[in-house]
Amino acid sequence: MFKLVNDRTQKGKELRKVAMETVADVMNTNDKVVMLEADLAGASASGIVQKAHPDRYIQVGIAEANMVGMAAGLSLEGFRPFIHTFAPFASRRVYDQMYLSGAYAFNTINVFGTDPGFTVAANGGTHTSFEDIALYRAIPNVVILDPADATQLAWAVREVAPLDGIHYLRFNRKDVRNLYEPGSTFQIGKAEILKEGKDALIISAGQLLNDALDAAEKLEAEGVSTEVIDLVSIKPLDAETVLKEVAGKKAVITVDNHNIIGGLGSAVSEVLAENGVSVPFKRVGVKDVFGQVGTAAYLQKEFGLTADDMAATIKGLLK
Amino acid sequence: MEKAELKQLQVLAAKIRYDVLDMLKHRTYGHLGGSLSIVELMAVLYGKQLHVDPKNPTMEDRDMVVLSKGHCGPAWYSALAEKGYFPKEALYTLNDGGTMLPSHPDRTKTPGVDMTTGSLGQGTSAAVGIALGQKMKGLDRYTYLIVGDGETNEGQCWEAFMYLAGHRVNNCITFIDLNKRQLDGYTKDILYPFDMAEKMKAFGFHVETVKGDDIEAIDNAINNAKAVKDQASCIILDTIKGQGVKYFEDMVSNHSVKFTSQEVNDAADKALAELRAFIEKEEAHV
Repeated sequence: MFKLVNDRTQKGKELRKVAMETVADVMNTNDKVVMLEADLAGASASGIVQKAHPDRYIQVGIAEANMVGMAAGLSLEGFRPFIHTFAPFASRRVYDQMYLSGAYAFNTINVFGTDPGFTVAANGGTHTSFEDIALYRAIPNVVILDPADATQLAWAVREVAPLDGIHYLRFNRKDVRNLYEPGSTFQIGKAEILKEGKDALIISAGQLLNDALDAAEKLEAEGVSTEVIDLVSIKPLDAETVLKEVAGKKAVITVDNHNIIGGLGSAVSEVLAENGVSVPFKRVGVKDVFGQVGTAAYLQKEFGLTADDMAATIKGLLK
Repeated sequence: MEKAELKQLQVLAAKIRYDVLDMLKHRTYGHLGGSLSIVELMAVLYGKQLHVDPKNPTMEDRDMVVLSKGHCGPAWYSALAEKGYFPKEALYTLNDGGTMLPSHPDRTKTPGVDMTTGSLGQGTSAAVGIALGQKMKGLDRYTYLIVGDGETNEGQCWEAFMYLAGHRVNNCITFIDLNKRQLDGYTKDILYPFDMAEKMKAFGFHVETVKGDDIEAIDNAINNAKAVKDQASCIILDTIKGQGVKYFEDMVSNHSVKFTSQEVNDAADKALAELRAFIEKEEAHV
């Protein structure tokens, strides 16, 4: 059960602090949880975990492949590792390690891939991940969560901590606008309808959901009744809700902080196509280009991921 | 080592070597060279050093083995079958559809296989994690990591080695099977390895080099490694790819051997007959 906040303009606590404080808290009651860091504690705030539980905090150094393999080994001894590095390193740099030592070997690893997509900001194109969802989607049994705000991130950390398997959580390290009231809960494999609407539908996840709601309000003002769905669980995907809510809409868009190839838009497209659903449809997302440097606000605009971009795309479909 | 114990381990090694040859000949192909070079190590581990229970392969308080050079699964499977982890007949199912013995070890399929390996280099990091996990649980147990010399071309090995040495992980014993050959030729020609022992010393390991077919020396080196408390240990096994069967030792390209020609099959049959005769003689003696 969830409740949206009344004021979506306010920002919450930095997501890195939320993630690490939640891990540290989970460790108070679950002695199998361990945390591994690859020389990015200064960026991830994992020092919070180190301070609270020094015996279960492992600084691996700048060796992400080794970190994933070590997490797999710790899993074999019954531990439940959380690991952190930036999203591109947590996905493409360690893909074979995650695939084989992690998933194929049926080990448990909870992955924090931070600053995905345009949220990379000043770290620029080399540190940009527009393909992490695509990579993780192609690994059997993996769970991909793209939490929207501090409340949903804290839920996600607590949710995956006791579960077996590979869980990939992607989130901005910094503060993002609040979306959900504290205490809101969600389900892996379930999409949430944030706002009802009868003409158009926006399906998104992560911090772009607030922009999607802004777009919906803008469209409402122009007479377009617009629904917004949170696809926090990109894999497994709630096909039932997607199909039910798409039915009867005149325009449907997906919004990805990711390449349109292989992101949540691709996942939704597959569901629609395989179920014979014909609906005016567009994927808003990064149009198969590389990342670059700039502020997050600049990059969001540069890659066409703003509320205005979303509203314009809907209007284009309704023409 | 007592003479009787040495004999016992020599017989176990002969049985493992026999099984590897027999299994691959039956399958008509397979990773023979690197499997044969670790036969004596497997005999020492499973015949003496390991704290394991074949009847309870997932026993919490066990030593763990990671065969990072995963293509040499046949040597591991033979050792496990000889110790009774599963019936020896299963060895003939190697690589059959639905088998419990795939070409590369899969921990979800084979009792006694502690970690899935095959993508070279990856077992090294898993072994680090296992060894740390054993310590964190307060277990006084060891992780035995088996790495190929060709495998050390993979950078991940050196990430793991840096961690082991740098953090003095003294309950993980790394074996490097220095058989001097890899798939495409001699290691010196593919990627010059320099002096492996010096390299590992420079990384911070306690290093001992022994002849890889010398059961007593391998056993002593493991005991020495266990006595070292303030360093991670590495035992370099000076081996021959195809070890223990002259014909296959001399075969230029023995990484993966096809048992299709008369000559190869005759050589295998001759070796099998000699191994069988040795095993029967020794067991009759006992």
